[in-house]
Amino acid sequence: MDISIENLVKKYGGQRAVDRISFEVKTGEIVGFLGPNGAGKTTTMRMITGFVTPAEGTIKVGGLDIAGHMDEVKRRIGYLPENNPLYQDMPVIDYLEYVAGIQGIIRENRMARVAEMIRITGLNPEKHKKISELSKGYRQRVGLAQAMIHDPEILILDEPTSGLDPNQIVEIRKLIRELGRHKTVILSTHILSEVEATCDRILIINRGKIVADGTSDLLRKQASGEELLRIRIEDGDPNEVYKEIQALSAVQQAAFVEGETMKYEIQCKTGAHAARELFQLCVKKNWIITEMIPYETKLEDVFRELTTHS
Amino acid sequence: MQTIWILSLREFRSFFDSLIAYIMLILFLGISGFFTWLFGTDVFLIGQASLGAFFSIAYWTLFFFIPALTMRLLAEEIRSGTIELLLTRAVTDRQVIIGKFLSTLLLITVALLFTIPYVITIGSIGNLDVGAVVCGYLGLFLMSGAYISIGLWASSITKNQIVAYLTSLFIGLFFHLLFGMLSTGFTGFLGQLFNSLSMREHFDSISRGVLDSGDLVYFFTLIILGLFLSEVSLSRRKVNS
Repeated sequence: MDISIENLVKKYGGQRAVDRISFEVKTGEIVGFLGPNGAGKTTTMRMITGFVTPAEGTIKVGGLDIAGHMDEVKRRIGYLPENNPLYQDMPVIDYLEYVAGIQGIIRENRMARVAEMIRITGLNPEKHKKISELSKGYRQRVGLAQAMIHDPEILILDEPTSGLDPNQIVEIRKLIRELGRHKTVILSTHILSEVEATCDRILIINRGKIVADGTSDLLRKQASGEELLRIRIEDGDPNEVYKEIQALSAVQQAAFVEGETMKYEIQCKTGAHAARELFQLCVKKNWIITEMIPYETKLEDVFRELTTHS
Repeated sequence: MQTIWILSLREFRSFFDSLIAYIMLILFLGISGFFTWLFGTDVFLIGQASLGAFFSIAYWTLFFFIPALTMRLLAEEIRSGTIELLLTRAVTDRQVIIGKFLSTLLLITVALLFTIPYVITIGSIGNLDVGAVVCGYLGLFLMSGAYISIGLWASSITKNQIVAYLTSLFIGLFFHLLFGMLSTGFTGFLGQLFNSLSMREHFDSISRGVLDSGDLVYFFTLIILGLFLSEVSLSRRKVNS
């Protein structure tokens, strides 16, 4: 089941929270929404799930426009809202049964689905407790279980790992990965390593606009362009080494690393690789390379660049 | 239809989970029992085999209790954010509203059923007018429906339960008391209008044992108007939020 979004606009008091967003999500894809707080991630997700009505634009889920087919679309979407709101005074098992009921699962299948969800999310030891008595990690699992109980083709998860400890985060990510094999998943986060770990594709949103769209590798390549190397060369006169490096054809700029006499930072020309040339230079001059570290542009840098300049 | 039932059953259970239902039942039965049997113009003072004393005290106790039951119906969901989960399910706004309305009406029905022993007791003492009793209960039931509907709307416009309580009490007070008082101060068309808006007028008319279509229209208009406005207010929330 695919999702296609065109020219989506939502205004809050004259300000555009979502400003002409268009994108498509193919069946079986796991897409990560990335963006600073207030960028429009939650608003976009709320519009897809029908909780917020868009001011302009169309959302199509599996070819159906949600404007006229909200009821059918709702059955196909599983949604975990931000902050995971749940009825605190209900026991886990009763709550899941209730959700199964209003999602239209027939009575005979309800308990089987609930048991299945409890098994998948590992809620078995806690199933008779009231939701208010659960730890945050287990509450998040209840949130995921209620989102998936009707076996939806699309999962929309708004910050599914917020507030969890590192072990729980790893588990929830694994769960999402597993589920994502058969479902279309959109998840939002502001943890960058999370999208790299779970998503096939990343959409970076800033101030209501999509500023980047692609796999994490692609985004990194687009943003970096130039390769950065740190190298330590021994047995040579530092100034001579510096001059020779600077003279190499692939090198854009070389510099001494502060506080270290034999370390150099080398910025390569766009698309060029200086490592081979450097090696050959050292062989020719009988210098010894004791260290060579390529620096990749991190997703953090891409993110910062895209969300602070515009 | 089944969805509405599931929604209202959950709501009904949560009245009991949060102890509200027990408190309401005990207070309702305590107060109405006290004034029906022990104090004031009670059954023994009147000396007739009539439930009039009970109906006139329940007329007031329900007026104060119903807003306390309805105030959290939507306001609590809006405050805690569970409204987002509810409205993104395979349910319509209308089903949510009707489900919540029915859950409260069901609780009131339970409260009224607990007073059946009163009927049996008085029936065994003297010659009870069954028609008047049935109509009296019908009057209380319809009045409850009207106030639940008003309370539900008050709960849909705010995330603060106290605001919801006071709003529904304020609106209810007009129907319960003020329109009746105003009608005596005006003559002609205005007097007629206020008189026809007064809850007391229609409630008394029904509990005397007279089933007038005008009274039924009055109650059903209030109920449907309240439910309709609640639904509008839920839908508007989606556009504005």
